[in-house]
Amino acid sequence: MRDTGTTSAEQEEVWLRPSPRLGIMRRVEVFGVTGLAVAIVLMVNAVGLLAGAPVNLGTAVLLIVGIALAGFLIDRWAQRRVSAWAYCEREDDLLVRRGVLVSRLSVIPYGRMQFIDVVAGPIERAFSLATVRMHTAAASSDARIPGLAQTEAARLRDHLAQLGEARAAGL
Amino acid sequence: MDPAATWHRLHPLSPVIRAGRVFIGAALVFAGTLLPGSNSTHSGAITRVVIGVVVIAFGMVSWLVTRWRVEGKDLRIETGLIRRSSLRFPLPQIQAIDVVRPVLARMFGLAELRLRMGGATAGSARLAYLTASHADTVRAQLLALARGVQPEADESPERVLVRLPTGRLIGSLVLGSPTVTVLVMAGAIASATALSPRATVGILSSTFAIAIGAITVFWRRLNGAYNLTVAEAHDGLRVRSGLLDTTAETIPSGRVQAVRMVEPLLWRPLGWCRLEVDVAGRQHRGGENNPERRQLRAVLPVGSHQEAESLLARILPDAPRERTRPPSRALWKAPLRYHNLSWGHNERCAVTTTGRLARITSWVPLTKVQSLRLVQGPAQRALRLATIYLDTAGHSVHAAIRDRDASEAREQLGELTVLCRAARAAPSSKGVANA
Repeated sequence: MRDTGTTSAEQEEVWLRPSPRLGIMRRVEVFGVTGLAVAIVLMVNAVGLLAGAPVNLGTAVLLIVGIALAGFLIDRWAQRRVSAWAYCEREDDLLVRRGVLVSRLSVIPYGRMQFIDVVAGPIERAFSLATVRMHTAAASSDARIPGLAQTEAARLRDHLAQLGEARAAGL
Repeated sequence: MDPAATWHRLHPLSPVIRAGRVFIGAALVFAGTLLPGSNSTHSGAITRVVIGVVVIAFGMVSWLVTRWRVEGKDLRIETGLIRRSSLRFPLPQIQAIDVVRPVLARMFGLAELRLRMGGATAGSARLAYLTASHADTVRAQLLALARGVQPEADESPERVLVRLPTGRLIGSLVLGSPTVTVLVMAGAIASATALSPRATVGILSSTFAIAIGAITVFWRRLNGAYNLTVAEAHDGLRVRSGLLDTTAETIPSGRVQAVRMVEPLLWRPLGWCRLEVDVAGRQHRGGENNPERRQLRAVLPVGSHQEAESLLARILPDAPRERTRPPSRALWKAPLRYHNLSWGHNERCAVTTTGRLARITSWVPLTKVQSLRLVQGPAQRALRLATIYLDTAGHSVHAAIRDRDASEAREQLGELTVLCRAARAAPSSKGVANA
């Protein structure tokens, strides 16, 4: 599932990736949460020390080390997830590939796309990124591409909407 | 009824029937407080009468401000006094039309018309209540307008495909899950009583709720499938059923998204199975008094295999004949499902079989496939397996080609994509499932 994924022998497929800023954004998110957790542990222990309550420094250090380790592992996994995300605009359909543990490849014909969402949360907006989500009439179609540069997201949305309208097939 | 006509009102008795259901529910609730007698004073009775009058008044106001008509290719319904809402339902997006007759409406000769819509305006239009004959006329005209033809003066007679005998229905309900629940409960009560006789009362009262639940399921299934008749007409598949509340449903040709056959474990010795048809539309949680508002309609709640096959041949004439089994290493990943897994396809339709205890066979016409997904979990990657999901617009039938060899799955994904595209470009005109 990790190769270039040519599902049709004739065409040479061009797989595009989300912007490299997505990797940075994920790293910031993971380390942000890890830092917050460590800060909480430190604060609790500091308050305990100041108040004179019995504080077990050994468990505090162990906890901090554990949180930091978990943070590193999650960061590794998040980076792998980012690099596994790719999409390919073919002639009649869109291929989206994602996932590390569970790898998924979605094929969505342009004529089946009902509408396309471009969503950007606050962290994504800070990095000038956006997520494009494709919807079909089936609730279980789950194709989305996070971390696209906003210009690329707009281009993809317009392109898909135009192709979708041109080839719309009835329900 | 001329399309450029004036606005129509619903039948004047509609608020009474709507209120009637509320009253029956309220009466059941208040019956408990009326019986002891000591606390029900004059003021209590007057309060209840006032509430009743208010409910009826609301119903009358709602009836007065509701009106509907057909404009061109849309059904327009306007309602609401303070906050007016004007709803427009495009007729070509109709997924199914139901004529529902709850028992109160039947007493007065009325019926409710429900349109299930698909596409971006998913939802449902309800015209409650019209006289029964008017409802039939409106239904025929809406369907004809949806297809873009003139409503025919006299319809060709429908061809009855299946009729469900009551004896078999009762038998299937006895062999169904409510009975199993009741038996398990009875066993639990008996063993608990044997161990500590004093706890019997407590156990009985707590299992009372479960018993009521089982009886409700039993009743709902009985009512939903009593005297079920499936007929093929020029405008689609007609399914009629009901004991107290009757339903007549029309599924227009080409709206069937997928078909599923379920063979539960308890029915295997008798060779019975259940055939269900999936239609597009938003999932709708009906109230307790509504007949089942699922998108999955059992066109054959219980029947023999031959009946199911013949019905399937009318709905989906191009079902594939052969199926292949998954590789034997799939046994490690899905030991309970392995003996049921298989799939097959031809140019127009794909069929998959799965299921642990019950065997579930799903047919998906390739014209109705919305998207395809190839998924490989970690266990599957170790065993070089993969699963292909065929997504359809229906909610309940999930066609999944499970646990095939990974390279074969990748090839099949490409082939199915090409076949789906060809099927969409050239839909055939046979059968109810193909438009």
